[in-house]
Amino acid sequence: MSALRILVPVKRVIDYAVKPRVNKAQTAVETAGVKHSMNPFDELSVEESVRIREKKRYPPGVEDICVVSAGPTKSQDILRTAMAMGADRAVHVEAKEGDEMEPLAVAKMLRALVDKEKSNLVILGKQSIDDDAAQTGPMLAGLLGWPQATQASEVKFEGDSIFVTKEVDGGVETVKAKLPMVITTDLRLNEPRYASLPNIMKAKKKPLVKMSLSDLGVANERRLKVVKVTEPAPRQGGGKVEDVDGMVSKLKELGAL
Amino acid sequence: MACRPRLAPVLRRAGASGLARAARPTAGASLNALRCMTTTPARQFRASGARHAKFTSDAYPDIKRDARFSELTADHVAFFRELLGKETALIDGVTGEVATDDMEPYNGDWIRKYRGHCKLVLKPGSTEEVSKILKYCNDNMLAVVPQGGNTGLVGGSVPVFDEIVLNTTRMNQIRSFDDVSGILVADAGVVLEVADQYLAEKGYIFPLDLGAKGSCHIGGNVATNAGGLRLLRYGSLHGTVLGIEAVLPDGTIVDDLGKLRKNNTGYDLKQLFIGGEGTIGMITAVSIQCPQRSHAVNVAFLAGESYEKIQQVFREAKSQLGEILSAFELMDLKSQQLVQKVRNTNSPLEGEHPFYCLIETSGSNAEHDSEKLEKFLEDVMTKEIITDGVLAQDETQLRSLWSQREGIPECLGHWGGVYKYDLSIPLEDLYKLVEDVREKIGAAGLIGDSDEFPVVDVVGYGHMGDSNLHLNVAVRRYDKRVEQVLEPFVYEWIAKVNGSISAEHGLGLAKKNYIGYSRSETMVKLMKQIKNLYDPNGIMNPYKYV
Repeated sequence: MSALRILVPVKRVIDYAVKPRVNKAQTAVETAGVKHSMNPFDELSVEESVRIREKKRYPPGVEDICVVSAGPTKSQDILRTAMAMGADRAVHVEAKEGDEMEPLAVAKMLRALVDKEKSNLVILGKQSIDDDAAQTGPMLAGLLGWPQATQASEVKFEGDSIFVTKEVDGGVETVKAKLPMVITTDLRLNEPRYASLPNIMKAKKKPLVKMSLSDLGVANERRLKVVKVTEPAPRQGGGKVEDVDGMVSKLKELGAL
Repeated sequence: MACRPRLAPVLRRAGASGLARAARPTAGASLNALRCMTTTPARQFRASGARHAKFTSDAYPDIKRDARFSELTADHVAFFRELLGKETALIDGVTGEVATDDMEPYNGDWIRKYRGHCKLVLKPGSTEEVSKILKYCNDNMLAVVPQGGNTGLVGGSVPVFDEIVLNTTRMNQIRSFDDVSGILVADAGVVLEVADQYLAEKGYIFPLDLGAKGSCHIGGNVATNAGGLRLLRYGSLHGTVLGIEAVLPDGTIVDDLGKLRKNNTGYDLKQLFIGGEGTIGMITAVSIQCPQRSHAVNVAFLAGESYEKIQQVFREAKSQLGEILSAFELMDLKSQQLVQKVRNTNSPLEGEHPFYCLIETSGSNAEHDSEKLEKFLEDVMTKEIITDGVLAQDETQLRSLWSQREGIPECLGHWGGVYKYDLSIPLEDLYKLVEDVREKIGAAGLIGDSDEFPVVDVVGYGHMGDSNLHLNVAVRRYDKRVEQVLEPFVYEWIAKVNGSISAEHGLGLAKKNYIGYSRSETMVKLMKQIKNLYDPNGIMNPYKYV
């Protein structure tokens, strides 16, 4: 059994505590001047990779944890965060601001990186919270011809097998596979740590390699055109009634009584 | 983050009925649910050992009901009912039966320390109604307690005997906002968080923030001159409040709702109402200068091995962060341990550290701020002023770090009660008091892990940036022996270092008798003259303040 070489793709998205707003032209969500952070599901992937190493859950050990992100220069912020959490090094695939990649292009890019980095385990978020496509992991597994376990809530190692527990309708399902494989993470997998100051400082010295899509032999082909982006219809505000009588008459008015 | 205040009445009631348990999801979890449509198990509060507080009149037998005040009669109630016109605008325990649970939120305070014998709650809907009510009360010698969100900590907003509660809940309109100057005019009963959210949409911020923001009213905030978390940056309400509309006991409406930053024409009388705790009149609206909201906010949570080191951090923060420093909060290990214990969570930092501090920066340029902050953090780390620390990487972490500080008061109340002291102390001596008190209580054999000891722990935390310490003694029950150890010891200690016995909580009932430790006889005499001038019958918030 060989040691693990884990590849962890991470994405820079609008912070999930921030309410996204659609731009005036209704072509996209407004991103300028909006706080961005690491996709929360990707935080779970980073955390899980680091824990596999720290808790020595895989006896042959973890040789390498490499995080990768495609996007504008600012994506390096979240790569540094991931390295502060415990990743060893980072790859930044440079793309221009607004040059969105579709899941297939991302999956092809990751396949090229898996080959290049000789990864045998890819742990990635089950979806990114900006476009919610949830396709990259499965597409990557398909391209690589590897087994995949999606929305993991627990990852265990036994011998050369990996047991992944996933939440399904009405309960949990446990699947087993052998390396190499693709795992996508779900919310209850772990609780990501804070980046501590000593580690933030160390992360600054960890290697970060820059490359472009063409270096990996991948083109950003877009098959879909965004026609229109609109905000959800505003919620109908609830009304307040002064007293019980008011409520009864209101309910009657609405035909509920 | 503002769950505590909203929860408090629920907990109180739940405890009373023995049914218990209010569920509270973590901030992160609810946000997850919002954006990812995932259900997340809500964390449960353990049943709080809540019960009704003792009546204040029993706890303080020295306070006697002032015989000059009339007893409430059916005639009085009929007048108010007619005046307010709505059944929901009053809770009448004089002529009708009222369930204790309906009255308790107005009659008792949330730390369960004070409880009156309230029989009548009035909720006027306008300044005119307040004026008519007060005039009637003044003519008929009926004592009154003005009340906002009832989140006070010194018993100032609840009655002692049968005073009428005059609650601002129904006066909750924002009257105007000027987008250019940032001046907000709003009714006294607007909830602080509502005002702040309204301002957030416009790119502004309310210059006051505190843990109880989800239920406190801005009228109450001004009447008590609340300090809170943003004071370091935006200054006290004495500076930011530009105007006030208030009603005097004789019904006079004091219309000083100015919108001018500069106005040197005569005595600045509105200042008497700011921090006046409703003893000379009731505030019905305020006009307040609101600063621009910062786009870039960063939070770091640091640990130090001694109080001296934390002071060094503060000095460095001031010099290196300068204008972007917006909060500097101190927490000791005990306070953090109790928070973790009650919430059943882990500390953001590994291991145990004697002291923690939270630093917030806010500015207009994220890159500029981050660069400054990172340089500062690196500096204090390499100089070994701090032993460990974390920096919030996203908004959720930021809120969760803040909740380590903001959640302390709520968590301390978990065992039953808290003796709270809110003190201004010169920085160098700030934490010494906590050590002295802990030692004294330990020597008296009152502190321990089992139920026979009244005291759970003695903790210190506070707004270090403003030299403001919160000395809290978490207890399983209020006990005279604990009080005897604490008082007047704490006050004498404060007088010795020329501190203040009440930095931001006010006097209310709790500190009334101790004002002498912070103010001279002459000062108190002048204050009493003011009180007598505006409220000759003494009907406004009696038995409290000076």
